Amino acid sequence: MSPFTEARMHLGVELCGAGRHPGAARWARIDPAALLTPAHHVALARTAARRGLDLAFVPDTFVDDVPVLEAVAVAARVAPVVSGIGLVPAVPVTHTEPFHVSKAVATLDTVSGGRAGWEPVLSRTPAEAALFGRKPAAPPDVLWREAADVVEVVVRLWDSWEDDAVIRDVATGRYLDRDKLHYIDFAGEFFSVKGPSITPRPPQGHPLVVVRADEPAALPVAGRWADVVRIAAPDLDAAAVTRERVRTAVAAAGRDPDDVTVLLDVEVHLAEDAYRARADVAELDVLAGALEPASVRVAGSPSDLADLLGRAVRVGAADGVTFVPLVLPIDLDAIADRAVPLLAGRGLFRTGRSGGTLRARFGLTRPANPFAAVNR
Amino acid sequence: MTRKQIHLGAHFPGVNNTTVWSDPQAGSQTDFASFVRFAQNAERGLMDFLFLAEGLRLREHRGRIHDLDVVGRPDTLTVLNALAAVTTNLGLAGTINTTFNEPYELAKQFASLDHLSGGRAAWNMVTSSDAFTGENFRRGGFLERSQRYERAAEVVAVVRKLWDSRGEPVEHHGAQFDVSGRFPLPPGPQGHPVLIQAGDSAEGRDFAAAAADAIFTLHGTLEAGQAFYTDVKSRLPRHGRGEQDLKILPGVTFVLGDTDADAHEQAAHIRRQQVSPQTAIAFLEQIWGRELAEYDPDGPLPDVDPDVDNVSITRGRVRHARDPRAVAQEWRDFAAAHGGLSIREVVIEKTGRQSFVGAPRTVAAEMDLFVQSDACDGFILVPHLTPGGLDRFVAEVVPELQDRGSYRTAYSGPTLRDHLGLRHPHAPLTRQESA
Repeated sequence: MSPFTEARMHLGVELCGAGRHPGAARWARIDPAALLTPAHHVALARTAARRGLDLAFVPDTFVDDVPVLEAVAVAARVAPVVSGIGLVPAVPVTHTEPFHVSKAVATLDTVSGGRAGWEPVLSRTPAEAALFGRKPAAPPDVLWREAADVVEVVVRLWDSWEDDAVIRDVATGRYLDRDKLHYIDFAGEFFSVKGPSITPRPPQGHPLVVVRADEPAALPVAGRWADVVRIAAPDLDAAAVTRERVRTAVAAAGRDPDDVTVLLDVEVHLAEDAYRARADVAELDVLAGALEPASVRVAGSPSDLADLLGRAVRVGAADGVTFVPLVLPIDLDAIADRAVPLLAGRGLFRTGRSGGTLRARFGLTRPANPFAAVNR
Repeated sequence: MTRKQIHLGAHFPGVNNTTVWSDPQAGSQTDFASFVRFAQNAERGLMDFLFLAEGLRLREHRGRIHDLDVVGRPDTLTVLNALAAVTTNLGLAGTINTTFNEPYELAKQFASLDHLSGGRAAWNMVTSSDAFTGENFRRGGFLERSQRYERAAEVVAVVRKLWDSRGEPVEHHGAQFDVSGRFPLPPGPQGHPVLIQAGDSAEGRDFAAAAADAIFTLHGTLEAGQAFYTDVKSRLPRHGRGEQDLKILPGVTFVLGDTDADAHEQAAHIRRQQVSPQTAIAFLEQIWGRELAEYDPDGPLPDVDPDVDNVSITRGRVRHARDPRAVAQEWRDFAAAHGGLSIREVVIEKTGRQSFVGAPRTVAAEMDLFVQSDACDGFILVPHLTPGGLDRFVAEVVPELQDRGSYRTAYSGPTLRDHLGLRHPHAPLTRQESA
């Protein structure tokens, strides 16, 4: 999926409360209570799905200034009533149970008909550790090492059921062929998990694994496990460097870098023109304090955004982007209805919607079950 | 005075032999479509809530995964959140363990479900402590059995502090937990999701009286139900609570027929489906504590006595607490007294759990009797078929209950607390209740 051989980008959007900017709710005159209603999340996901975006990311964290619903719950609430878009919740893995995470994501895959992914996220701070009181905060290299074990356990638990384990054989009285269920017997530096899962293998086999790989300690995890990698960078040249690092890490793990899609975060606020958009952002900054860009930012017109994405493809900065709207829902509306048609017109994004599983959207097949291979 | 109203929960068929998988009508236990159909039917029947059970380790028998019953469940909370999208009024009750989850994430998960369902969340708190289940979790089998309720009570205390915190920092330091920090969500529409407690022990009763909004108990006779009801409700004032604050809901099965005789015939057929020849032997092995694969399920009970030292033949399910030798003798006496019953026949008779059998009108009358005579406040229905197990109940028993004036004809409010007639957690006792 090199950007040089395939013009089509993958597009995701982060659906984050009232938008990334902390002043967004007040500026857009949105009642904060409305942000917690199912209608808010369903409407956002519908808009994203309307123009065929590939992914909706649902952020999650244990500490934030704004109210945060559990992301898997939000994705599950949206899944049955919004079709045609991948749903990727952030899943905190530092203080939670890998066994629960595995069945939750597997079940999101079931209720969405094979459109689930997940993004393991770290809980880095002493404040988060204190909410659980089980273990102290740890440095990034330790947390990423643990996250790698979590991902491994999650995936192995998905595989712990072969697809044809349920046999319903009345003659022998057996519901299940237990030879097709497997103990994973994982024992690592941080925990051990026996298995098998209580939940059958999900429709996609492996729901999409998304890893944010901005810091060095994350690269081995991304290299070994990610189907999609998220990066942030101050500009496109820096993004191109990071993307190359990711591809090197993937190759180092013995995988084909073209199997992994790198998505660059692009913060977005759209208006009629750049002047108006920047004036809006200045107002937002006054309302809630300036938000320093965490990655490339476009405060401009829909065509400014399309121009940036065209450049991103040309310089090899990414295989696609994750739009991070500063203000929801207006920036998502503008992205979907104004910027995406421009991208399609320029041949940068496919036109129309596409069905099928989320893996299929990323050109990935349903993985064989390694336990089944051993069995044969 | 208005007639006492019956509350109904709809238990999605579970992973034990009550659920019949061999029937041609039995569908998938794990496809989302089965859950949707089941839930929408429960809502059509104006039931208070859907109920999902959970076990966190697959059952084992003689050291191997038990393969004779339905196996496999999707994740409880994920299914409930998804069902919130395709139902409007139905309460959504999930069984979540207090031992293998931490209070902060439990508080966030159930508050999220309550927000995302518009106030329909319920949490069936179960306490387990076995090292067998613990092998799937970070801390392993860390909890002494005697501390199960201590931990559960502390979980509830911390979770409630978090739900009520409204952005203020929370500090909790107790025997089980040290939790400090801010909780990121305002209370959901119900204030607190409905709390259900499952378990009949004295400790369980006290815990329920102190902390629960409903108790999921086992159905016995009318008299046993009345004794339980009186006992549990009498514990409430001690905790500053009124009789209406805790609903007693036994889990019950039912078999419907065109006539009572037809229903009894079907009930016998279902019992045979529930106890296959292989299942009969497996049950026997649980009690005998030894392998009995050589015995003919259609032949007599074994002459050998139970191996009382082999206590771990079946793991991951509740064990008989009684002395296996006494049970074996009782079963032998029972077989002899009934003209020499076979192994399978004895197991069918001794383990069958069919609470209400009859024509719809008969079942409605009997259920109503239990509620009106204070043996319970309603029932959690456990059908034997997925996903259509409630169809006939909804179509035929619900109208009978309505005709009797004992069951709602429309939902009276949007939240599960409304359905169950429970106060908002911070509302004071009414004068009548506190009197």
